[in-house]
Order: sequence, then structure tokens, then C-alpha cells
Amino acid sequence: MLINQFLFLGAILFCIGVYGVLARRNLVLVLMSIELILNAVNINLVAFGAMWHATDPANLSGQVFALFVIAVAAAEVGVGLALVLMIYRNRQSIDADDVDLLKG
Amino acid sequence: MLALLVAQNIAFYVIAALIVFGAIRVVTCKNLVHAALWLVLVLGGVAAQYILLAAEFVAITQVLVYLGAIVVLFLFGIMLTRSKTGTDTDLDHTGPKRVGAAIIGLLLFGLMGYALWDQYRDQEFGTLIVQRTAAVSDSIFSTYLLPFEVISVLLLAALIGAIVLARRD
Repeated sequence: MLINQFLFLGAILFCIGVYGVLARRNLVLVLMSIELILNAVNINLVAFGAMWHATDPANLSGQVFALFVIAVAAAEVGVGLALVLMIYRNRQSIDADDVDLLKG
Repeated sequence: MLALLVAQNIAFYVIAALIVFGAIRVVTCKNLVHAALWLVLVLGGVAAQYILLAAEFVAITQVLVYLGAIVVLFLFGIMLTRSKTGTDTDLDHTGPKRVGAAIIGLLLFGLMGYALWDQYRDQEFGTLIVQRTAAVSDSIFSTYLLPFEVISVLLLAALIGAIVLARRD
């Protein structure tokens, strides 16, 4: 298998996620798109980790970093959904365009 | 050996097609709950790709954490914000904003694709060795012990923060 197969899959997933973050208005869907982006990064990390592991079997950094990213993503979703819930309670809407108090 | 390689490639392209299709549905679907369910397909496909990369522990963690916990959290979020469970036309930006988002996505893909192709071209993995869970844990608890502890504190902080934010006074 080529390394580029996995890297291109990661790139495609990343760009779809960026499109989702920019094009979606519902805040829960924006968070889902961020999950797509984080998964794209994880594919890259594991692919590079496998590439390193083939030459240096003691080196598992790629996988360890992927695990750290998964842990941070879990924390991010927890706090993010709590924030969305608070915005919903205060404004009865989770439309990203409605949260414009700082706009002059 | 060659037969194995062919099988690996076929599996890769089938799963990759599923992932890309699911991801496009996640960002275009008009129904919130369906978007969450398409996300399950994407995350499961990514776990399968980890298996192809011989990273078994990350694949299992992906299934446990993402499919088991994060998707359920999303479904709770959808229900708690009382979003419409049926078709909802109010989920996307319209007109120029959406076109702009698509253009930014395509430009980003062009840039990354060029950089990746320029650097790696048709470099092979060589033989993938299974990366054993015991070796991963040895690596976490020796080389990466400090980041691991920091992650623990971060998770605790996120847990307390989420409770404080979402609690009704």
C-alpha cells in the first residue's frame, strides 16, 4: 500500500470537515464537522506512525499521539455540547448566526 | 504476499469510498439525526482503516470512545436542544456563503494534495508490522508519561467544566 493513499484520504476528510464547519448553521452540526477534521488528523498520525514503525519497531509515537487526540476530542465534545446547551437555554436557538452579540 | 496486498488495497478503496460518501452526507444531510448516524459510518470506517494500518489498539479505542461515547453525546445534544427531528431546511447557510465554503474546501484540498504528492509520490509502506498493545502501553507509560498525566488533568477539567456549564441553577 502507498503512504499517499491514507494521506489523501485524510486530506479529503479534512476538507469535507472544513466545508461543514463553514457551511453549516446548526451548532451541533458544526461540532460534528470538527469531529471529521480530528479524524482526518488521526488517520494521518496513524499512517505516519506505521511508516516509522516499519523502520524503527521501538517507535510508536504516531499511535500514542492519535490516542491523545482521541482523548482531547472527547473533552472537546463534552465542553462544546455544554456550551451549545447553554446558548440554547439563553436564546432558544442553536443557530450560529443568532449568536452575534459582539457584532457592531 | 501479492494476493494479500491486492486484498488490502481493495479493502482500503471500498472503506475509503464509504468514508467519503458518509462524510459528504454528514455535511449535506437535511436531517440532524441522520447526520449523526452517517457520522457513525465515517467513524467506523476510520476504525477499519486503523486495522488496515496494523494499529489494533487505536482501532479499538476509536470504536469505544467515538462510536460508544461521542455519537451518543451528539444524539443527547440533538435531543436536549429540541431540534426538529424531521427534515429541516434551516441547517445550512445559503447562497454565496455556501459557495465560498465549497471553494475554500476545494482550494485547501488542492494545496494539500499538491504538497502530499510532491513529497511522497508512490512511496510504499513496506511490510506493516502489527503494533502491539503492550508496546503502545510501554510507550505511553515511559516516553509519554508527562503528556499522559496532562491529558488526565485536562479530562478532569473538561468534566468539571461541562457539569458547571450545563447545570441548571
